[in-house]
Formats: sequence, C-alpha cells, structure tokens
Amino acid sequence: MNVIARLSAISRRKSPWVYCLNTGSCNGCDIEIASCFSPRYDAEQLGVLRQGSPKHADMLVVTGPLTKRARQATIDIFAQMPGAKAVVAIGSCPATGNVFAGSPTVDAPLSSVIPVDVYVPGCPPRPQAIIQGIAQAAHLLAEGRTKDQGKRQGSQ
Amino acid sequence: MSGIWRYFVAFLVWPGLIGGVLLGWLYMWIARKLTARLQGRRGPPFYQPFFDFVKLLGKQTLVPDGVSRITFHALPLVSLVATGIALALIPVPGNPLQSFAGDVILLLYLFEVPVICDVLAGYVSRSLYGQVSSAREALLSLGHNLPFLAAVVALSMHAGSFRMSALHAAPWGPVHVAAFLAFLVSIPARLKSNPFSIPNAEQEIVAGTHIEFNAAPLAFFELSHAVEMVALLGLFFVLFVPPLASQWLSVLVYAAVSIILLLLVTFVAVITARIKANQALWFYWVWGGAAAAAAFAAAVIW
Repeated sequence: MNVIARLSAISRRKSPWVYCLNTGSCNGCDIEIASCFSPRYDAEQLGVLRQGSPKHADMLVVTGPLTKRARQATIDIFAQMPGAKAVVAIGSCPATGNVFAGSPTVDAPLSSVIPVDVYVPGCPPRPQAIIQGIAQAAHLLAEGRTKDQGKRQGSQ
Repeated sequence: MSGIWRYFVAFLVWPGLIGGVLLGWLYMWIARKLTARLQGRRGPPFYQPFFDFVKLLGKQTLVPDGVSRITFHALPLVSLVATGIALALIPVPGNPLQSFAGDVILLLYLFEVPVICDVLAGYVSRSLYGQVSSAREALLSLGHNLPFLAAVVALSMHAGSFRMSALHAAPWGPVHVAAFLAFLVSIPARLKSNPFSIPNAEQEIVAGTHIEFNAAPLAFFELSHAVEMVALLGLFFVLFVPPLASQWLSVLVYAAVSIILLLLVTFVAVITARIKANQALWFYWVWGGAAAAAAFAAAVIW
C-alpha cells in the first residue's frame, strides 16, 4: 500500500461523518443516537460528526423497521451518498423487523434493500454499543471491506 | 529573492496557501475544541481537520443532474485561490511582498469572492435548500459588509492612502476605536458562526449552500473557509496593531491576537442561538451602521 492510499485509509477511519435515517423507528434508538453526541459519550472524539446532507456523509445510520413508505427514500438516500460508504443498522428493527416482523406495512430486514455492514442489536442498544458499531464500520471503511466497496471492486 | 518570486512565495508559501491552510486547520481545531470544552465534551483530536480534508479528497464525486461539471469543480477552487491571494496581500509578519498603492481595494474585492462563490454554489446546485441558503447569504452580506467596509475605508481615510502598509503604520487615533468596534461586529457574520449562522443553518435548511457539494469540491470549500478565517484575523492584526520593533515580537503578537479573537468569536458562537435574517440585518444596519458612522466621523474630524 503506498503512502497516499494509506493516508486515505487512516483518514477514513478517523473521520466517519454519519447521516441518521429514521425508517419508521419508535424514536427509542434515535434518542440513544442523540446521546452519543452528548457530553457523556462525545463521539466527536473519534471524529464522528452528524451531517445534515447525505452527500456529506460516509455512513448511513439507520433505525426503524423500514416501513413501506420509507423504502424508496432509503434506497434514494443511500444512492445519494458518495462512496466509500458504510451502513450501520441500529437496533433490532432494521435487523429482523423486531415486533413488527411479518407486518404488511414493513419491509424489514434492511439488508433486503441496501447492503448493511454492521448490526448493533438491542431495543434500544446502549450508546456505547452504537459508538462501537460506528467505530467498527469506520475500520471496515478504512480497510475497504464494506459491502458497497466490495461490490464496486467486483463490478470493475 | 526578487521580482516575480516574491509573489509566488507570498501566494503559495507564506502567508498564502500553505501557511494559511496550516493555520486554518489549527484555527478550526481550536474552534471545535473550545466549543466541545464549553459544552462539557472532550472534543476532536488535534489532527481532525486534516483527516477530514484528506478523507473528503479520497471520496467519489457526485455531480447532481443538470449542474455544470466545470462550475461544480471550479467554484470551490476560485474561492480558495481568491482567499489565498487575499492572504498574500496582507502584510502579516514575514510577508515577502511589498505593499503597493491600491492593494486595500483589491483586498476588499478578494474578501467578497468567497461570499459570491458560496451564493453561486447554492444557486447552481439546483437544490431548494441551497437556493434558500444562497438568498440568506446574499442578504447577510448586505448586513456585515456595512461595518466591515466602513472600518477599512475609514482607516484608509485616516491614513490618507489605500496602501496596506500605510494603514498598518498609521498612528492610533479615535478612528481606530470606532473602526475596531465596526470590524469586530462584522466578524461573526463573515465567518457564518452563531448567532449569524443564518446561511449555513445546519439542520434547519439541511446543510447550507454546500448541500449538494461532496468529496473534493466540499473539501476545498471547507479549506477556503478556514483560509478566509486566517485572512480575516490577519487583516484585523494589520489594521489594529501598530508596527512593532522586533520581527519576533510581531510574530508573537500576531499569533496571540488571532487566537484571542478566534476564542472570542467561538465563545460568542457557543453561548448564542441563531437569530432570524431580519434581526441580523437590523443589528448590522443599526449597531454596525452606528459604528460605521462613528468611524467615518472620527476619520473626518481627527
């Protein structure tokens, strides 16, 4: 690995900007995400910043069981993010549908729509676990091992 | 070292792009760290702005449909180069460039280029939020330019010259006090920090004029903003700190003045909430206007 690629990899690990997307979550996970940026947990120490625009983000942080109304928006927002990008699914809902599994109004799991790299289980998960999930996804980004990066390399 | 080389060194090395970028990253870190500390957080590590920049450079660039590829890539670069030239014109300690007649006017124009690039960036992005943000930025520039231009022009009247070195060397007078106040109130709006973060109102209008910008163009916009910060603080030093006897002393005072001002602006940004565009204009046209009038009066009378 040459110097530039190495520097780029380190910087991807050190500055994961996240875009938070609620796909019909009960707001429980969103409250836990918000507390990740509070004085107690302060994810900015790891370079994590919340971004208002998906075009500025490296990571899509998804909560909720993916309702049918949110399905197309999720696909569009993921497509709007420039690569290299990762997806972190927060809570049990995007992973399995949780208590909404089998409902006619949800399309869970999230992985049926976009490639998910890290699952953070819990209902809701603790802020420490969310930060760990984001850090893990940042490591995957640095190593070029996110599913989206793999797909791009495969298609070339 | 002579002739054209001086211009190259001033533009590229010090106080231009390389020096400006390094200082800009330092200032960005100080601002973010102080914000975090005042909010009771630990804050980002020292190298954070550098890694943010490198990461953005390494990303894929997405140009929105119907947006000119050239404009999309050129706007941030024009903004960065203009602020780099502005920085090269400011006689901060160690600047190899000689001041020339009329450089104040050129500097004032160059200070407007990042604002114009931002406004254009919002409009060409074809994003509704970007356009709202552009309109706000254009409106705000009508506000903060009043005290800013008045401060510089009143000092030029006082010095009797449009030459930066003459402004720097002018003896202290009452005009400096009024111009100081006018310049000081214009800084937060120029840097788009709270309570004047009206154009880039994060969350409220998504992400400001740079909403559709990503990867390298976004990185250069961020860099240009950092260099603009250095240029503005450098201009403050030149206008309001008289020339000092020793070169090293003036380097120290330059660093101290810039950092104190930066801490002050960040402190104000942390303790205030965003105000409305009409409130900001009212503030600048009344209080900024009063300071501007006082500066002109002082320049004419004394």
